[in-house]
Amino acid sequence: MRVDDHIILGKDERKKMVEIKVDGKSIQAKKGEMIVAALMANGIRINRYTVKKKEPRGIFCGVGQCTDCVMVVNGKPNVRTCITPVEDGMIIETQYGVGKSNG
Amino acid sequence: MVLRKTGYLTKEELVNSKCYPSEERFNKGPIAIVECTEEIPCNPCEVACKFKAIKIGKPITNIPILDENLCIGCGLCIAKCPGLAIFLVDKTYSDKEGLISFPYEYLPLPITGSIVEAINREGKVVSSGKVIKVLNKKSFDRTPVVTIAIPKEKLDEVRGIKRLEESKDSK
Amino acid sequence: MIEKEVVIIGGGPSGLSAAVEAAKRGTEVLVVDENLRAGGQLFKQIHKFFGSSAHRAGIRGIDIAIELLKEAEKYGVEVWLNSVAIGIFKEKKAAIKKTLADNSEKLEIIQAKKIVIATGASENAVSFKGWTLPGVMGAGAAQTMINVNRVLPGKRILMIGSGNVGLIVTYQLLQAGAEVVGVIEAAPQIGGYGVHAAKIRRAGVPIYTSHTIQEAIGKKSVEKAVICKVNDKWQPIRGTEKILYVDAITIAAGLKPLIELAMMHDCKCSFLPQLGGWVPIHDKNMESTNPGIYLVGDVTGVEEANTALEEGRLAGTAIAEALKYISFEDARKIKKEIWQRLNELRMGPFGEARMLAKNNILTSCKI
Repeated sequence: MRVDDHIILGKDERKKMVEIKVDGKSIQAKKGEMIVAALMANGIRINRYTVKKKEPRGIFCGVGQCTDCVMVVNGKPNVRTCITPVEDGMIIETQYGVGKSNG
Repeated sequence: MVLRKTGYLTKEELVNSKCYPSEERFNKGPIAIVECTEEIPCNPCEVACKFKAIKIGKPITNIPILDENLCIGCGLCIAKCPGLAIFLVDKTYSDKEGLISFPYEYLPLPITGSIVEAINREGKVVSSGKVIKVLNKKSFDRTPVVTIAIPKEKLDEVRGIKRLEESKDSK
Repeated sequence: MIEKEVVIIGGGPSGLSAAVEAAKRGTEVLVVDENLRAGGQLFKQIHKFFGSSAHRAGIRGIDIAIELLKEAEKYGVEVWLNSVAIGIFKEKKAAIKKTLADNSEKLEIIQAKKIVIATGASENAVSFKGWTLPGVMGAGAAQTMINVNRVLPGKRILMIGSGNVGLIVTYQLLQAGAEVVGVIEAAPQIGGYGVHAAKIRRAGVPIYTSHTIQEAIGKKSVEKAVICKVNDKWQPIRGTEKILYVDAITIAAGLKPLIELAMMHDCKCSFLPQLGGWVPIHDKNMESTNPGIYLVGDVTGVEEANTALEEGRLAGTAIAEALKYISFEDARKIKKEIWQRLNELRMGPFGEARMLAKNNILTSCKI
């Protein structure tokens, strides 16, 4: 859920949108926002699954230190989505284990 | 102090403390009440008061003391307190009702003239109230000050309103 | 190899403050920050700060950040963003992995005359059954989500920890439109300021002292939390379990200083739990046991933004003095005033433990 208006922060002035694909599905994201924020705003809270027990993981530290939020971005695994901004046409996939790379 | 356990001061603790205005002063007009009872390094309230009614001095951990004779009840200090701990009470509003002004940093803001639920320091609804004024001046730096009219006997108790839903009574 | 007079690692309040203080006297300063924007944690602090009115009290953290960045620009402070200090080596060499405009990376080795470590602190984690579920996160992470990213991490939230961070973030979650079903605190009393607690009590948020979290439950993400009472030994009391239906659990259990770079350059450290754990020690000039390496802000002990700002000023002044941009007498006067303000900020029951710990550090640094 987005916070469109806020007593201290005011109205959200970010109007420019970009389109990203998450596990094949197209999603509208605000230009320049962090990947994890765009996903969360669209109800997606799982970023990856662990290697052994295949358990779901989502954002934990929010500052790029814990790696719980990593996903495969444009074919590259282990991208920390809490500190990486979206780009138009970005392809984002849930990471399984240590991630697959498309090259 | 029970505040350390419960997170709020009781009416009795405050009314009996030397920081609370006298009934005599209450009956003269609006007066600020600074509900700040712990030694924290902080003094924006002292600097905010044009009438020098709030004293902290040095060190700035001193608990603020309001001089009830110097305070004219202008309410400018309400928005300046980072702890949102200052309120303005007017027991002279009418025969049956009084006014309480408090900082309110939430959306939606209440609408003037609407009826709201007035809460005590514990967050419990103890009365209904009518919104008399909602001020959100630039100098308040986004701390709106809401004034409501409530039954006089609730004035030592009520310190805010129950937060509003998006749909009703909102701006 | 590049040469810079002063390299400051970390562009938060303490680093920027040190940069401004040194640069305004003519020192050549480079600030390196790993984020896309400098300002450290200030950009998520949307509340008005406490402290002395003479020094930015009553102003919101976000506005202090903007002011600081303007000052840094005014005094010609060079800033490298998206750049990580991967190491600092003997004789004040800093290795920075710089990300360039085209997203490629370049390793820069900088020979500095003075290095300031302003790397801050990171949140502690509290582990409990189910803590790995999506929806469980640090309170700071939740604060970033709501105040910087403008997205709610959940609609019904349980806050763990009643220190100032737990209380303030609870308030900010309410402002963002979430419901906070409660704040739990394992100690028998509330950790943070009474006025912060009072705000959230007025908003109807219960504070459960002597309580801990037993478990977070959910299939793919948090659906409910089980909390229980603890005895005076902080052990769970059977039969006191309570279920809270929440979709997010935020953990505010303190911070620990990020001291890796200080250790890399052999700065002596002390273990001081009142300051967050292992901290590199410093003298009255904020200089470490390693000449030319200065330390400022939360990395020297977890405190607040206003102490970080003052420590930054102190180091910036000391550095300008050491590099002869300011006279001994002028520096002495300025440093004296800063120490007076620092001592004032550490007074009172909430600052006592930190004051003692900091005095401990200064004493041990003399040895």
